[in-house]
Amino acid sequence: MSKKILLEHINVPGIQGYEAYRKVGGYASVEKALKMAPLDIVEEVKKSGLRGRGGAGFPTGMKWSFIDKKSGKPAHLVCNADESEPGTFKDRYLMEKLPHLLIEGMITGSIALEAHLSYIYIRGEYMWVYRILERAINEAYANGWLGKNIKGSGYDLDVHVTCGAGAYICGEETALIESLEGKRGNPRIKPPFPAVSGLWGNPTVVNNVESIAAIPYIVNNGGEEYAKIGVGKSTGTKLISASGHIKNPGVYEIELGLPVDEFMNSDEYLGGMYSDRPLKAVVPGGSSVPILPAELFYKNAKGEPRLMTYESLSDGGFASASMMGSGGFIVYDDTTCVVRNTWNFSRFYHHESCGQCSPCREGTGWMEKILWRIEHGYGNMEDIDLLWEIQRKIEGNTICPLGDAAAWPVAAAIRHFRDEFEFHVKYPEKIKDRNHFVAEPWEKVKHLVKKEEVLV
Amino acid sequence: MKVTIDGQSVEVEPGTTILNAARMIGGDVVPPAMCYYSKLKGSGGKCRCCLVEVSKGSDANPTPMPKLVASCCTTVMDGMEVKSGSSERVSEARKSVTEFLLINHPLDCPICDQAGECDLQNLGFNHGKEATRYQEGRRTFEKIDIGDKIQLHMNRCILCYRCTFVGDQLTPERCHGVMNRGDHAEISTFIQKNIDNEWSGNMIDVCPVGALTDKTFRFKSRVWFTKPMDAHRDCDKCCGKVTLYNFGDEILRVSARKNEYNEVEDFICNTCRFEKKNMSDWTIDGPRKFAKYSVINQNNYSGKMETVEFDTPDQTVLTGRAEDRKAISMINVK
Amino acid sequence: MSEVVLSERLQERIKTLISRYPEGKQKSALITILHEVQNENDDYLTTDLMDKIAEILSIKPIEVYEVATFYSMYNHKPVGKYMLEFCRTSCCATRKAEDMMEYTCQKLGVKEGEVTPDGLFSVRGVECLGACGYAPMLQLGDFYHEFLTKEKIDQLIEDCRAGKVELISKV
Repeated sequence: MSKKILLEHINVPGIQGYEAYRKVGGYASVEKALKMAPLDIVEEVKKSGLRGRGGAGFPTGMKWSFIDKKSGKPAHLVCNADESEPGTFKDRYLMEKLPHLLIEGMITGSIALEAHLSYIYIRGEYMWVYRILERAINEAYANGWLGKNIKGSGYDLDVHVTCGAGAYICGEETALIESLEGKRGNPRIKPPFPAVSGLWGNPTVVNNVESIAAIPYIVNNGGEEYAKIGVGKSTGTKLISASGHIKNPGVYEIELGLPVDEFMNSDEYLGGMYSDRPLKAVVPGGSSVPILPAELFYKNAKGEPRLMTYESLSDGGFASASMMGSGGFIVYDDTTCVVRNTWNFSRFYHHESCGQCSPCREGTGWMEKILWRIEHGYGNMEDIDLLWEIQRKIEGNTICPLGDAAAWPVAAAIRHFRDEFEFHVKYPEKIKDRNHFVAEPWEKVKHLVKKEEVLV
Repeated sequence: MKVTIDGQSVEVEPGTTILNAARMIGGDVVPPAMCYYSKLKGSGGKCRCCLVEVSKGSDANPTPMPKLVASCCTTVMDGMEVKSGSSERVSEARKSVTEFLLINHPLDCPICDQAGECDLQNLGFNHGKEATRYQEGRRTFEKIDIGDKIQLHMNRCILCYRCTFVGDQLTPERCHGVMNRGDHAEISTFIQKNIDNEWSGNMIDVCPVGALTDKTFRFKSRVWFTKPMDAHRDCDKCCGKVTLYNFGDEILRVSARKNEYNEVEDFICNTCRFEKKNMSDWTIDGPRKFAKYSVINQNNYSGKMETVEFDTPDQTVLTGRAEDRKAISMINVK
Repeated sequence: MSEVVLSERLQERIKTLISRYPEGKQKSALITILHEVQNENDDYLTTDLMDKIAEILSIKPIEVYEVATFYSMYNHKPVGKYMLEFCRTSCCATRKAEDMMEYTCQKLGVKEGEVTPDGLFSVRGVECLGACGYAPMLQLGDFYHEFLTKEKIDQLIEDCRAGKVELISKV
């Protein structure tokens, strides 16, 4: 069994409630933090090497140190619980089962940032989790962990939960801030970054649920203790939400550095494929990251075994690797049609584009329509090259990373599975049935398309 | 602060954007801008037409910026080096943005009142492709009536948000905005409602395309068949400085005076714009200067014309009707 | 001035929500308020309701319309009392979410996005709801119904008809 930090007490009866949580040592980090200098807490988080768990993997301590304390404006800590990346459902699990862990992290984090008003922004679809958090916050107020003069320290803090209403884009930090201000979730143009001008123009730090939930452990045990777990710059534990064609889908806490093979096939974790169909491809970090074909999944291009770390999953760049992302681990067996799946992702990004900047607004829709045509048997060979060009034109040219997120899955699918796209174009009659690969697994029809030069 | 754009250096105040620095240099280095409007606070950053490459961050930190940046909302640093027209990457990006903006545009220039003075037309002229690669159906919208003076034609909109800034910054209460999201986003009042206030007409002037046009000028004439003259009157609401678009002595349209970037010099009120259509209302200041590269300038035949050999029974096809030529001739304008 | 009257509970709730933000930042409560108002008004927003909210928050009506049309969870047309929202994004799709939705549509005799004639049900396909590991799934009110099978859908529809299904979660 590997070490559990976040989910250590998940099976304690009544852990959703305050009493049980306090009994297993909850809120100890707040007591400790109140006696520490705020900068020392930031220092501990820096030492821990904790990296943002929302997808980008930016060091949390570093993010905290950017906050503009000289401006004299009040600072805010905002928790990003707008988890909407397809394949990711770890934050929901954490908040549903351990709401007080998040609140404890929010209090400790706010102390470090000297924030007196902090928010948890949760996606609107998680309404029942919103209510769980609301109750937990009330319990925290009732027990003196929030409000004026916390535990006699003279420190005041209010934490509130607020919700979205169905917009993936609000997971982008500046869009989240806009939404929190009661506006349309249009991402802001950066700079200025939220650490300088965020919520209502005040310095703001936006952190993922999982990052904030790791703070209590770091404060209690010291950053160095946390950094002992993991490999290299990937320290600590990470929640992975696994879905798709595997035996045991669900949320797992792993120590970073776990071999991919062990994670995938041991009974402690995913337990291998759910049927006798072989593995075809994996999306290791939520829909935005490039899809990896089976042959590049267990081993990288150099033949070294892959580990569950930020570095190892991206070893080889986009040509032969992917990204850790948000930890949304989606596994596909050979019954999956990659074209259909790419179209599915594209539809998602088309639906979720905010429409503010032109490459994303127009490009995502265009890609979806072309992919729809190819998938439904109306495509032609030029469409595949056109898709490649469109994704290249969106990537990097947009205000926020949604454009990149929409482009990468399409690019990776064409890069690794171009022959399948060609098959769709050449044999439209064979792909009428959307489950065609069940009747005719790819291995059996593959010879029909001559392998052509793969785009790099 | 010193900034170098395409090899040309200029000294600017701190806080100046790259786009404005480029405009100070002028000429080919100026990036096109579809959504930025210097007189509207908060505009810019959306259309991505003005992307430039920063090849040297500053003297203090010379690292180039990895991504192309929107020049309209990136401020210059001392010693910054920027590539605008000279960069292959930038012209690729501008081409792609142009293509993206055009895939859902109806391309109905032949019946669009904006044709000839349209920023999107100019953009397409400079950065567009001859043919479209878009095979899908174009996006269309239901028509929304926003009053008897302004025509909203949402199909042509490129969502620059400029008109919403006019609503916020010039009118007492904004009653139109951007509804829905993604490629279904549209400018609308949500409920059929007139946009009715003294400054609403400026939405027409700031609109870079033909999405908002003047109903009093609708289908009256192509702009290149008009005689644009700067004029003024004493107005108690606005500066009263306008451009008149005449045919003979008939005023077809009044707009604010625009500079070479198609931005107005001063906003004008609706009384001047819609109600003063007699020559006796105005004092003429002289002919309007055209921007060198505008489409309107390509087609204007008020200057000297070359006679071409062309086999047609109808000579007016080549030279225009004599009375029309006289009506838009600038010869008698002081 | 709009003539809509909000229930007392709702008015209290709105006051609480506004109090969570600093003075002058009451607009921040808009998104949560829209949820609450929609829940109490047959699950959709009318112009009158939105105008009322604008009045309470002292903001322009257009600001409310802009927000209410941006987010996909707000409805602007009547929907069924029980709105079955199927996730159809990749992870669910690989586990046959599309079949489940088709089955439900056929069973209820509606197309996607339509309301049954009795006004009880509507079916809608939505994007990822964050239950990928428990696919296929649907959302009904606050609740997620996961690992769907045809039998489970039959049972759920029966329970809805019998009025045994809660829509708002309580903790």
